[in-house]
Amino acid sequence: MNRPGSSSRTPRATREFAAHTLAAGSAGGAPLAVEPLSFWGGYDTERGLIVEPAHPQCGLSLAGKVMLMPRAKGSSSSSSVLAEAIRNGTGPAAIVLCEADLIVAIGVIVAQELYSVNVPLVTVDVDLFAALCAAGVPLYVDAPGDGAQATVRIDQAAQ
Amino acid sequence: MLKLTERDTAMLDGAYGDGVALAMRIVTRTANVMSAAQLIDVSSAHIDGCLYHGPASLDFVERFVTSGTRVAVPTTLNVGSLDLIHPELFRGSDPLRRAAERLMQAHLELGCEASFTCAPYQLKHRPQAGEQIAWAESNAIVFANSVLGARTSRYGDFLDLAAAVTGRVPFAGLHVTANRAARIVIEAPDFAATDARDVWFAALGLLLGKEAGTAVAAITGLPADTSEDELKALGAAAASSGAVALFHAVGITPEARTLDAATQRMPPLRTLRVTMDDLAEVRRRLNHAQPGAELAAVSLGTPHFSVSEFERLAQLFAHYAGAPRCGFYVNTSRFILWQLEASGLAQQLAARGVQIVTDTCTYITPIIKETRGVVMTNSGKWAHYAPANIGVTVAYGSMHECVRSAFEGSVCFDE
Repeated sequence: MNRPGSSSRTPRATREFAAHTLAAGSAGGAPLAVEPLSFWGGYDTERGLIVEPAHPQCGLSLAGKVMLMPRAKGSSSSSSVLAEAIRNGTGPAAIVLCEADLIVAIGVIVAQELYSVNVPLVTVDVDLFAALCAAGVPLYVDAPGDGAQATVRIDQAAQ
Repeated sequence: MLKLTERDTAMLDGAYGDGVALAMRIVTRTANVMSAAQLIDVSSAHIDGCLYHGPASLDFVERFVTSGTRVAVPTTLNVGSLDLIHPELFRGSDPLRRAAERLMQAHLELGCEASFTCAPYQLKHRPQAGEQIAWAESNAIVFANSVLGARTSRYGDFLDLAAAVTGRVPFAGLHVTANRAARIVIEAPDFAATDARDVWFAALGLLLGKEAGTAVAAITGLPADTSEDELKALGAAAASSGAVALFHAVGITPEARTLDAATQRMPPLRTLRVTMDDLAEVRRRLNHAQPGAELAAVSLGTPHFSVSEFERLAQLFAHYAGAPRCGFYVNTSRFILWQLEASGLAQQLAARGVQIVTDTCTYITPIIKETRGVVMTNSGKWAHYAPANIGVTVAYGSMHECVRSAFEGSVCFDE
């Protein structure tokens, strides 16, 4: 459904790709590619740091980042921990996954309902995911409505 | 595209109040994430929202309390952060204690039962085979699906309460018969006659979780006299190392009278033969203590201990005199504690230095007095989570080895 480079009618400095919306919102930030993370037991919402000792990104912060994670893992309590991180301002600005994940979606949806903070959550295919991880420049995720088509923009101008 | 009934739409539009509308928004939005075509009724719910993860936990439930919302179906509660029967055991800060206590109390105000157990399947009323339910807590989910034959997807925080308030869930995942077919086959080695069966069931579970991930597996070769307690240990371990929500034990569990029944006659994607060496390797990796290491405590009962497990513990204690030479904690539900008090077993074990912990669990909340050092368990789930959660070093052994080590005051293994 998402063909990289399929919709590059935008100015040369930016490239825009189609994505599938799981939860609506519009936000951007520096990208952070992370291996599958269980927020519960793996993310400290007070300090805003990945704390799972064996995790490759242990010690990094998701705050304000566009989180690129192929899929989620671990406990269903992760919904609460993600919602708490968003409430506390230590959560990601947007989340891009390859595999739709209910636990992550619920955390984002409840944070929207409780705090009116819209963290866009979208899925993309494996090729686009790899391209986004390799981009190394700020990303913008625009997901206007649940279930509707979203766009992910790579801001080349910032390079 | 999700199709709603008139009543679903009325709930969404606020005809049943703000709380129901909020819950229905969450149910329908997650139905869209799951690509469900419709919602179905559930007959019970089990909620995992009582464990305090920060202000968001409380903000959510208070939205329902202030709007006067009540759960629509019989709803049990998972563990909280406090033992309300033995509150003196909590070693965390006062603000945390207050927030955790309020979270548990708020759920009672919504009409949930004060069960506070991760093993709701050990309560008097439990779901029947084929019943559609909305359960949270990974070990309860896998037990309900696998051992009881009831039907629940992997519900978690927020969606569990939303399902309880609306009585509706997305018709997707393990609610659907076709999705319950085993796609991989695990051939278990014969450990029926071995000692330490509890360890082998848990080790097999950890291996299953790692190999299966979210896939449904059929296990062949388990002992014909496999008990519910053993299936509980297997399922809890599998749901810790992977996202297992259903397994079939051929010849034992209700949807697996035969391998054909378990696979719904579809050829499996993969067959994995497990050896005793494989299980011994899982056991070795899980254990982080040398024989002879000083023991700070033993913790049993993750998931919550059953009456029959307490009876076995008492038999093991009968081989020793006096009290163990380290802390000895056993987690269970208040209902099991009351049964033990009626039979005198609770008093008998307390006199021998056993601290029974109810309503919570020692790996999620600060209860164990001395965590600098080694804590021994026979639970694959506890061994998996406790090091990161409460910073302990885990010794992993059978219940027999745990009791023996406790009386020696140091880690010992039978072989």
